[in-house]
Amino acid sequence: MSQMDAAGASSTTIEPIRVKQRFSPGRFIGEIAVEIFSFVMNTIEIVVGPLQRLIGLERMPYFFLLPNMLIFGIFVLFPMVLNFFYAFTGGTELFLRDRPYVGSANLARLFDCQNFLNPNSCNQDIFWRAIRNSVTYVAFDVGGIVIFALITALILNRNIRGRGFFRSVFFYPVLLSPVVIGLIWKWVIQTDGILNGMLNLFGGDPIDFRRSAAWMRFWVVFVSVWAQMGFYTLILLAGLQSIPRELYEAGEIDGTTKLRGFWHITLPLLKPTMLVVLVLSLIRAVQVFDHVFVLTGGGPGSATTFIVQYIFDTGFSNQIKQFGLAAAASLVLGSVLLVLTLMQLRVGNRGDDAA
Amino acid sequence: MTEFLTRKRGRSGWDVTDTLSYIYLILGTFIMFGPVLWLVLSSFKTPQALVEFPPKLLPTAQQTIEVEGFDEPLLLFDVPMPGGTVRRMARTRRIGLEWHFIDPANPTEEPLVIDTREVSGIEAVRSVALALNNYTEPLERFNFLRFLRNSVVVTVTATAITLIINSMAAFALSKYQFRGRNLIFVIIIATLMIPISVILVPVFLVIVEVGWKDNLLGVIIPGAATPTGVFLLRQYMLTIPDELIDSARIDGASEWRIYWQVILPLAAPAMAVLAIFSVMWRWNDFLWPLIVLSRNELFTLQLGLNSFQGELNIQWHFVLAMTVLTLLPITLVFAILQRFITTGIATTGMK
Repeated sequence: MSQMDAAGASSTTIEPIRVKQRFSPGRFIGEIAVEIFSFVMNTIEIVVGPLQRLIGLERMPYFFLLPNMLIFGIFVLFPMVLNFFYAFTGGTELFLRDRPYVGSANLARLFDCQNFLNPNSCNQDIFWRAIRNSVTYVAFDVGGIVIFALITALILNRNIRGRGFFRSVFFYPVLLSPVVIGLIWKWVIQTDGILNGMLNLFGGDPIDFRRSAAWMRFWVVFVSVWAQMGFYTLILLAGLQSIPRELYEAGEIDGTTKLRGFWHITLPLLKPTMLVVLVLSLIRAVQVFDHVFVLTGGGPGSATTFIVQYIFDTGFSNQIKQFGLAAAASLVLGSVLLVLTLMQLRVGNRGDDAA
Repeated sequence: MTEFLTRKRGRSGWDVTDTLSYIYLILGTFIMFGPVLWLVLSSFKTPQALVEFPPKLLPTAQQTIEVEGFDEPLLLFDVPMPGGTVRRMARTRRIGLEWHFIDPANPTEEPLVIDTREVSGIEAVRSVALALNNYTEPLERFNFLRFLRNSVVVTVTATAITLIINSMAAFALSKYQFRGRNLIFVIIIATLMIPISVILVPVFLVIVEVGWKDNLLGVIIPGAATPTGVFLLRQYMLTIPDELIDSARIDGASEWRIYWQVILPLAAPAMAVLAIFSVMWRWNDFLWPLIVLSRNELFTLQLGLNSFQGELNIQWHFVLAMTVLTLLPITLVFAILQRFITTGIATTGMK
């Protein structure tokens, strides 16, 4: 590595090659942006140039890391440690110095259950309901996403007319905000909404979806699959397109049927991608909050209250703010995510091996 | 059914699997776009049209007519006559179930009195009409423009900060050998999947201590140092040859100049992907702003929408119009950058 002294660095600027071009507003804005960017960067250079001479080239990487690490440390790493302090202190005060140490009382309260399968027997019955709801939600949500994303990807991988269009159609909801998604569907499944209107057209009786726990559990999953499947379809599509065509051609020469081709060529080679989809959707399903909050508010009753909403309610939304309990519940959620992340890392490694 | 599952090869001809595929795709298009289309159509309906059941597809309104001698415009109806004909008449009075009609062309005529229990088939005359004040009224009456401004401020500032500090960190992690590099990288990988929902309480404390509660900075800064961004940029910068940096150093360029004049332009594709993601994250962010911002004038669009829909009597005609305005920018960006976004996601596998 060259250890050139940086003194006199400012004398060498790289001159851009200028080509005469017709005026266009887009390029004009672009050029202004570049000018501003260069101006800012050159201004910073006035400070950073001498700094490099002061601390030396070997310490420059620390300078480059500093802003990121500062924010990361203050707003991510430090809070991760603080979370334990909250989990082991009680009261409703936010500031740690005002909070009495209560040991594992918060965790004990969360796990204070006569029978873990019956939320009604628990001190924090809503927590256990939230866990139970989350488990069913995760199972159906991940299942739905994997199945529909796979079917869609397989179809879009064929010689279909308008492939680009259909790919965009299935992807479009991915970009919408969860609040907008929640509102769209809240409007569609209104008691006097379009869905009941269509039911009415075919002679059915209108259904009061918003009052039925079973229906709202269904809609929460349905809307999540609707909103996310396009994203996973794209990942699976990329996986499918990396399977060499020659394998199918060789199979055809050997007289392999298409179903066998699917089972013995497509599925095994798609497995690493499928695992990525599985784990990613799993991690996101465990943390579900936004669209459910808008669509159902956790109801009816607590039928669609999930873990993050329990944390939000206990710590921020309810009248009595039980930060300790919320932090303890965060610990539980955090450990679940940790396990899933470790799984993902192992899956990722295996995926690399297979590739 | 079996062929339906397998990829179609270079064989021409139409078979049953093609039909099934197209049926699936067209049905899928209907389910994916239908609700959004319905939202847009509904957003142009008047409050009266919105509560109609079964709902009409197009935004319509009952036609009214100005008739001499009456202050208010009168509602138009098609009234069946005893002889089997239908006359178009304006309703002048409504006394319980007894409705009074006149012929708008002949207003001085004796009004026709009809008991609606006896005559069935009186139909309102409707025509397509866009209730544009669903859009204009919230702009005046509510803080909608304020929410929009807040959302833009948060999205633009946060994205700029994210791009700069993450690319600086990625540059350090990909192009230098230094002590602690592996440790920092492992920490970043380990926190890749730790969402803010796991540390809500302590981050909230930090925000309160720093004095950023009810301050847009409290929304902008905590998420700026995203491990995902550092990871994505680092992986990309690893592919930039070190010789470029060495030769720039020989030419006497400082490290800062190497960063912004050599590395950043070459990392532009990865920066663009991160920029798009950051805009999406920030524009759509909900849970964290919900906790940090409690004053109405600081709300972002998402919080504003949520607060309107949380009211006891939801004013759907306003909520729908504002929802359309909220999804409009993202839709436009998608329409323009569609190919770029879809390939960007397919190759990086993140969102």
